[in-house]
Amino acid sequence: MQPFEDVVAEYGPMVLRVCRAVLGPVDADDAWSETFLSALRAYPDLDPTANVEAWLVTIAHRRAIDVGRKISRAPTPADRLPEERPQAGPPTADHPDLWAALRSLPDKQRKAIAYHHLAGLPYAEVAELLGNSPAAARRAAADGIKTLRQHYRKDTPS
Amino acid sequence: MNVTEPRDVLDELREDDPDALARLHGRLERAAARADLLDIGYRTLDTPVGSLLLAATPVGLLRVAYASEDHDAVLTALADKVSPKILRAPTRLDDVAREVDEYFAGTRTHFDLPLDLRLAEGFRREVIEHLREIGYGHRESYAAVAAAIGHPRAVRAVGSACARNPLPVVIPCHRVVRTDGSIGQYVGGVDAKQTLLTLEAA
Repeated sequence: MQPFEDVVAEYGPMVLRVCRAVLGPVDADDAWSETFLSALRAYPDLDPTANVEAWLVTIAHRRAIDVGRKISRAPTPADRLPEERPQAGPPTADHPDLWAALRSLPDKQRKAIAYHHLAGLPYAEVAELLGNSPAAARRAAADGIKTLRQHYRKDTPS
Repeated sequence: MNVTEPRDVLDELREDDPDALARLHGRLERAAARADLLDIGYRTLDTPVGSLLLAATPVGLLRVAYASEDHDAVLTALADKVSPKILRAPTRLDDVAREVDEYFAGTRTHFDLPLDLRLAEGFRREVIEHLREIGYGHRESYAAVAAAIGHPRAVRAVGSACARNPLPVVIPCHRVVRTDGSIGQYVGGVDAKQTLLTLEAA
């Protein structure tokens, strides 16, 4: 079995991209940390033939739901510990409109984009996570991307 | 397709953020240690005998490995033998790194560190325990070690136990030499052994 550090090194960037797309850049940190802590706990029992990418995305999907619940319970951002907040913004912090555009998408569209386009899961597996059909997952991703391309950077021509 | 758009929205979302990942890795190390999930933490340390891998369990220092042993292979072996719950976690090795640095600077003649000796069992463990008693700057022959642990004819087995010392440098298998005075073999190579013996003779 590979040391868990190899899993973090190989898949850490992908999980961060997925968490950011699903939750936005600030709450992504909590989801990333919770995902890898859960994964570390379960790692010794992981089937050696398992698809590690899909396993991590499934954990991230559940943790993102948990983090999302915590956020909706917290009435103001001040309720969250200052040390839990990122010290520096992501590179995309220059484009808050990107996060705003993602946030405005329906939940399933945002997640379909993250799990298929950022994590590389086939639509059959995306559908399992979203509780819909592969065709619906594919449509959700396509609709989401279309909306993002229409609205994002509409007023910031390069 | 709009070819004048330099970067698609997906490229933007696929951007890497090494600073954030480094910060999150540190947070994971701390959270894992707090939750008692960090079975093995490790780091590497640059020394006059090359890069040394230092790995520790909550009990103590578990493994020191030379670059020639292949650090990745050593970590994979630890994952199989001890636990795959392994993270690069430099803070767990702060004390070890400081003492090893001091040893190579010539200001430390004795390691005062908790050790986890689970990788050396049976006869190998007996040899390792004896090696800890050979003081800084001293040398002992393989035959003398064999006699000291009550197996005077097991000279070759003592050599093999030294070669498989899980904690070279910290447990001084480099102080065991051949009866004819030549320095003999070493897990980190003969040059490394000579460097350590010369350091201790200064």
